[in-house]
Amino acid sequence: MRDVYIVGVGTTKFGELWDKSLRDLATEAGLKAITDAGIYSEDVNALYGANTSAGQFIDQEHIASLIADAAGLSELGIPSIRIEAGSASGGAALHEAYLAVASGKYDTVVVGGVEKMTDVPPEEANKIIGGSLDAEWETFFGVTEASLAAMIAKRLEYEGKIRREDYASIPVVSHRHGSMNETSHFRNAIKLEDVLKASYVAQPLTVFDSAPLSDGASAVVISANRTLINASENPVKILSSEISTDYLSLHDRSSIHSINAFKRSSKKALESAKITKEKVDILELHDSYSIVGLLQLMELYGEKEALDLVRNEELYWNKSRPTNTSGGLKAHGNPLGAVGIYQVVEAALQLRGKAGQRQVKGARYALLHNMGGIGATSVTTVLGVE
Amino acid sequence: MSDVPRFWRESNHRYRLVGTKCNNCGSIFFPPRDVCPKCRRESIGKMQELELSGYGEVYSYTIVHDGLEPFKFQVPYIMAMIKTDEGPLITGQIVDADPSEVKIGSRVRVTLRRIREEGKTGIIQYGYKFVLEK
Amino acid sequence: MASIVSYGSYIPRYRIKAEEIARIWGENPDNIKNGLMVYSKSVPAPDEDVLTISTEAARYAINRWGKENRGKIGAIYVGSESHPYAVKPTASILVESLGLDYNIMAADYEFACKAGTAAMQNVIGLVDSDMIEYGMAIGADTSQGAPGDALEYSASAGGTAFIIGKKGIADINRTYSFTTDTPDFWRREGEKYPSHGGRFTGEPAYFKHVLTAAKKMMELMNTKPEDYDYAVFHQPNGKFPTRAAKMLGFKDSQIEEGLMTPYIGNTYSDSMIIGLSAILDKAEPGDRILAVAFGSGAGSDAFDITVNDSIKSFNRDLAPTVRKQLENPIWVDYANYVKFRKKIIMRGD
Repeated sequence: MRDVYIVGVGTTKFGELWDKSLRDLATEAGLKAITDAGIYSEDVNALYGANTSAGQFIDQEHIASLIADAAGLSELGIPSIRIEAGSASGGAALHEAYLAVASGKYDTVVVGGVEKMTDVPPEEANKIIGGSLDAEWETFFGVTEASLAAMIAKRLEYEGKIRREDYASIPVVSHRHGSMNETSHFRNAIKLEDVLKASYVAQPLTVFDSAPLSDGASAVVISANRTLINASENPVKILSSEISTDYLSLHDRSSIHSINAFKRSSKKALESAKITKEKVDILELHDSYSIVGLLQLMELYGEKEALDLVRNEELYWNKSRPTNTSGGLKAHGNPLGAVGIYQVVEAALQLRGKAGQRQVKGARYALLHNMGGIGATSVTTVLGVE
Repeated sequence: MSDVPRFWRESNHRYRLVGTKCNNCGSIFFPPRDVCPKCRRESIGKMQELELSGYGEVYSYTIVHDGLEPFKFQVPYIMAMIKTDEGPLITGQIVDADPSEVKIGSRVRVTLRRIREEGKTGIIQYGYKFVLEK
Repeated sequence: MASIVSYGSYIPRYRIKAEEIARIWGENPDNIKNGLMVYSKSVPAPDEDVLTISTEAARYAINRWGKENRGKIGAIYVGSESHPYAVKPTASILVESLGLDYNIMAADYEFACKAGTAAMQNVIGLVDSDMIEYGMAIGADTSQGAPGDALEYSASAGGTAFIIGKKGIADINRTYSFTTDTPDFWRREGEKYPSHGGRFTGEPAYFKHVLTAAKKMMELMNTKPEDYDYAVFHQPNGKFPTRAAKMLGFKDSQIEEGLMTPYIGNTYSDSMIIGLSAILDKAEPGDRILAVAFGSGAGSDAFDITVNDSIKSFNRDLAPTVRKQLENPIWVDYANYVKFRKKIIMRGD
């Protein structure tokens, strides 16, 4: 396996982008990434596109060909492949692209993720998001993703393991970070009371416990081409990429509050990267709901340490365990197929020292977690700089 | 949710909780499975249908305010995970209850209700929901 | 002789009070309560219909009988005026929802408020002729009254299921029917709400048929009112059956046990038989029951029943009794009632 580096990144703003279509978004992110990498379309051997549900959001399948076409690559006829793994599509696409480059099949590849969610009404979007769950045995009966997250929170509180404030504080951190990120969907800071007092989505979760419906696209250029890597000012190395799956339905898992797939993917990813979790400077978690953000912290650090980090407010960019410096899914936005790729963009900016106001000083290692549904697919990526 | 056969082939499972039992290891599954995730290949030909009793207790629940469109007449509705007496955890609604009556640990039993209907002209899709056992 | 082997009734938990309906239409609630003798009625939840109510009542009957016996049921008939489908039998869905053997006769019936007893008569015939060993008859409805109509105070929902075989807990000594063309109440194809003949529903319809059937039955059986421990008549409201009983010479004490309409409303195809079910909840060996149903349009089915010794070993506690289900209702206001009954015009309607 060859060493693979991230040599270029690009993203659109995330949010309700009424004047932009899916193809506009994908093209914008892709062109920004190749410009950042200092390459031309001719240098790209293949495209890997992540997208969760364009078929339902905009009646468009065959996204791989569409994106290549929109990006002006049709004359070149390069391979283009769509990857779908629910909301973990971005992480899964990076995984596949990484394997293709590391294996020597391709030298330089663009990996993009895109979702256009606001062309349907919110209730329709809510239904489509449920597509990452079990259609026959969960959503058929009225389950929404939020309701599953809420039942996890309810059970954990009942068992006395956590308090409402513990997970309500996760969005507070995300919004603080999002306020410092110009591509964020939301740029306002919020208080704990805002989360607690907002209207319910599924009790005890409120709208502020939940990531929004966003449009957006992100792309990265990955390469094993030495000339390109050497020309890059600050190449970020992909140290590992690991995928694990679990039962699709929450009710089938050994425990509804263990994200077993993350336990497995993060363990393997840290082992493959040959680093310990203490070395991680930048942590991006899949905080689609506050409670699942907390669960991921608990899987990574253990229950006690995770709660200490939350209660002692150690997750901010200028504290000991910077988490979701991008603003996370909650504040930066949650365009399903794009989020896994945006996590890579954020990590690359941080590791290059180009994250501006929210820069984590001296950051060398990043661990990114992109999740499908509530942990039926888990992709952990570890990045680092020399 | 627009085709009849897709709904119809699950009707015995959804009407009266017909799950499966692995006769290799004895594990009971609901929803039904074609292969036992514990025994895997060893379970081939040993998966047998089994009707659950329909009794259990509330493992966790939530009151859904931002609900799915087919349930608009019931919003806010109670979604729950039910720990059945036979073991499997089932996700379904609790109906005919004020949310304040529902607690983790409450005894429930299965009932049959309309789940969805395909508009005004299509079929009515029935399935399990749960009621508090008094 | 055919006999009731098991039975079960189901009443939705939601209820609305007569006062609440009267409040909306500017009526004096006392006139309703005293005049019609209807104090409250059951309201089906938005996800309930005749299939779900029938399933619940039938499961109660099966629980009391023994789930392991299900496979012996050779016929199932469901009477209702509010079947979920105009075309697509409720009965066939019940075969699956109850887990019955697929080698079974099944059909839906409609005869206004006496479709449930028509189903019983068919099962009795099949049992007595040895065509089947056991059969199930169900009467269930989620009836609708037009907003503002007098029927709105009474039209309600409920269901009762009987399992009938050769040896049971209550022997059906005889059944007799009286049928004429009397258009007192009807609903045209495609119409949501029924129409009725106002006061014409009384004398020439309800009373003529119920009294004729009851009298003829007593004549056939050579009995008098005092020979019966209980009597139950179709109960579109509380007033009609009370008056019919009096006219026939029955005392209030004989009809009290089966008079459910004042609390749950008129459950149509379930109306008389839920009263019978309430009587069976309490009956003892040797108790004799006269049960007379009425269906508009019009006809009456009468039954002469004697409870036998088997009722002593029959475990009624394996399902909730009718009176148990009167307890602990959830009261709804008129706004929720019209939402539940889908009387609100929604986008796309």
